[in-house]
Amino acid sequence: MDVDIACVGFGPAMGGFLTTLSRSLINPDGTPAIDSKVMPGMPLQVICYERADDISFGVSGVVTRARGIRASFPDLDLSQIPMAAPVASEKLVYLLDPIGASRRSFALRTADRLLHAVVKLQHNAFELPYVPPFLHKDDGFVLSIGQFNQWVGSQLMSAGTVQIWPGMPVKEALIEGSQVRGIRLLDQGVDRAGNPEAGFTPGMDIHAALTVIGDGPVGAVSRNLDTRLGMPPGNSVSDWAVGMKFVIELRPDIELKPGTVLHTFGFPEPEIFGFLYVHSGGVASVGIFVPSWFNCPTRTVYRYLQHFIQHPYLWRYLEGGKLRSWGAKSLQESGKHGEPYLVGDGYARIGECSGSTNVLTGSGVDEAWTTGVQLAEAVLTLAKEGKSFTRQNLAEYENRRRDSWVEKEARVAEKARDGFHHGIVSGFAGMMLAAPSNGKLSLGKPPRTPNENLATYRQFFRGKINLRQLIEIKEDCEEKGLSLHDALMDRCGWPQVPQDGRLLVSHQDVLLMGGKVQAPHGFADHVVFRDIEVCGRCGTQLCVEMCSAQAITRSLEGAPNFDREKCVFCGACAWNCPETVDGKPNLQFLAGAGGLHSAEN
Amino acid sequence: MSHPFHVVVCASVVPDPLQTLEPITGPTGPALKNELMLPAILDPWAAHALYEGANLVKKVPGSKLWLVSMAPKAKLQQVMMTVAQKVPLQLVAIDGPSGGFVDAHQTAAALAKAINGIADLDKSRLLLFGGWESASRSAGVTLQLVGEQLGIVDQFQGVDAITPNDDGSFEVLERVEGARHQVSLCAGPPAVLGWATGNLGEPRNDPQVGMQNMRTIMPSLQKAVATPVTSDGLQYSNVATPKQQRETQIIKDKPTDEIAREIVQWIKGE
Repeated sequence: MDVDIACVGFGPAMGGFLTTLSRSLINPDGTPAIDSKVMPGMPLQVICYERADDISFGVSGVVTRARGIRASFPDLDLSQIPMAAPVASEKLVYLLDPIGASRRSFALRTADRLLHAVVKLQHNAFELPYVPPFLHKDDGFVLSIGQFNQWVGSQLMSAGTVQIWPGMPVKEALIEGSQVRGIRLLDQGVDRAGNPEAGFTPGMDIHAALTVIGDGPVGAVSRNLDTRLGMPPGNSVSDWAVGMKFVIELRPDIELKPGTVLHTFGFPEPEIFGFLYVHSGGVASVGIFVPSWFNCPTRTVYRYLQHFIQHPYLWRYLEGGKLRSWGAKSLQESGKHGEPYLVGDGYARIGECSGSTNVLTGSGVDEAWTTGVQLAEAVLTLAKEGKSFTRQNLAEYENRRRDSWVEKEARVAEKARDGFHHGIVSGFAGMMLAAPSNGKLSLGKPPRTPNENLATYRQFFRGKINLRQLIEIKEDCEEKGLSLHDALMDRCGWPQVPQDGRLLVSHQDVLLMGGKVQAPHGFADHVVFRDIEVCGRCGTQLCVEMCSAQAITRSLEGAPNFDREKCVFCGACAWNCPETVDGKPNLQFLAGAGGLHSAEN
Repeated sequence: MSHPFHVVVCASVVPDPLQTLEPITGPTGPALKNELMLPAILDPWAAHALYEGANLVKKVPGSKLWLVSMAPKAKLQQVMMTVAQKVPLQLVAIDGPSGGFVDAHQTAAALAKAINGIADLDKSRLLLFGGWESASRSAGVTLQLVGEQLGIVDQFQGVDAITPNDDGSFEVLERVEGARHQVSLCAGPPAVLGWATGNLGEPRNDPQVGMQNMRTIMPSLQKAVATPVTSDGLQYSNVATPKQQRETQIIKDKPTDEIAREIVQWIKGE
């Protein structure tokens, strides 16, 4: 099938691209402003394919300055977007450990004791007297990314000039030499291993003069391009995080104003940042980020999230609340260091897959939207001038991006968090140096791979669990087919989570209560292990430990089990596999269908 | 076969049942909490009717398929992003409520009016399809009322299969008590068929079908006429959702007999 522009993935970046493009495709008299090459006499044929079953099934904890979004919608009425609210107040809060189970360095423990001695702390937390300017969002919005995407999609559909097709995963880019000729959709009617079954329909090739890729941090097309066409010299994606959140209906007596924003650090582990954003309608998003520089060999998220919300500072607001939704996603946190080639012959990349997320300001949606707008403006310029979408011509987009605030702020942020690879204190110091020096000063350097600094169990739990206990836990869990993280956290002193059936629920129940996972029949498994012998030798089985939805589970022999019906496409396994085969991770995270059904994340 | 059918599928739009659905009483009567923010899908019962209709049209040359749907325009747009990839269809869009708590007679009148307005519809060939039940919280009588307003006297409910014959007649399997089917032979259209689940799975998404459909769907959506349908005169004394219970256990290697015994005990409430 031939189209003029094929787009991959519908998120904020593609929202910005399609919103800007769609406004200029038709003249006021209804005639095409730009003629289609594939359908002469018709306007430009623009089609966007999205893997998820609906465009509103995105996940993000969003507080954004929304500079790009407001520029696109100068008369934006926030009341039209459910769960949206202008930022009303913003605090940065250091959470101390009320349990005593977190892994705090001697220096941090000393600082905690000093804080207790000097300041009369309430709720085991210290509200910092100010929010660093680089972090503030006080002129922005709190959003639900699902509701925002749904709203943007409805604007686009009502204009009727572009098409968006959810439930249609893209397998890969069609690459000839260095030229991208379009995309190939995923095969349908296959078994778990991808073998044709009854009703087999090979993935259709969609040929396009321009392929726009905005498939997020772990998109199959992006990774396919990086593998085939390489990365710019010196660049690599080595910093990641998993974000996981609850959307919680607050008790009626909780008087948190919509737009209240809390940024937290210090608990449940010093390396884990958290947030609480209050939406309109008495609902709050609460979540944590577990970064790749957290060298824990389990890097579990769900259990930590449960302890996070029970911290006294937050629990006073959340106790008695009801879980409405849950979700998880990977965040590409390499920023400019992880920037791929933004353009090439026949393609351009926007949003998180193009390294637009700013790790210093903790902002991604605003940047993603703006890069989409910038590409659309460039595409319109080229199309009106009758120019083709070559690498050289698409530099129009790259130049717009380089000249914008997105690039300027990305340069400041480029090395800002490198210090975290050497410790919490150097990490924060690096951030505080980078901001005022416009990125000229920094500490440390980024790792070569996300797992370069991963500790062994013995190293990480030294002083908490002795070797004999570790061996016992490992053997016991292996025999029972369980992941290790719960047993390890129990032994470190983390209390059992008192499940209440409303908010504190088991990991399995959260999949059902927080958003149901769908795995349509006829698609192959998208998590594949290249060499099961390598899995057998793997010391950590980090894919099992970190899986956000317990979709990857321990197997008594060979490769772990993968249950597609639980996978929420967070993509954590894509960057957590510490084993490689031929220089590539042993675990392959491929294009797939289905995922979480929740429109509130 | 030289007896093509003109199949019109009536389908409502309902909130995605995989979302958190919480009934409330709003200012205008029963509703779902945050209903506007919930993503929507085609009513699953009507979706079966659509797939069966498309299959029939494919089998009988010269036949045509229309989908008549009433819902807020934004919801219709959203649902069509998925439905339009499934089967070739022509959409007749009505911009109206889809919550279910409206007068079924008014809804039926709006649907009948829209069907009467289809330019190239030959009502002597009309097969009116829909779901025999609905997930839209409606009374489940709308399809029957549409048929009556169109003057169609042959009505079948709980249909699982239709088999066209060469002479224009067709055989219908209707569900009856005891997990059995009643077999009817209908001389020909017009007829109303309220579908149960049918026998067809959900068609796979087809990009070409989507492209083809969009050429007619977008103009239809843009032309959709706002149709006031109200619940005036109706009073709901009680609204409740089906009760559900869930108890999760994660136990490895439990014998199946023991699992079965526990489930039976759980059902019996022991």
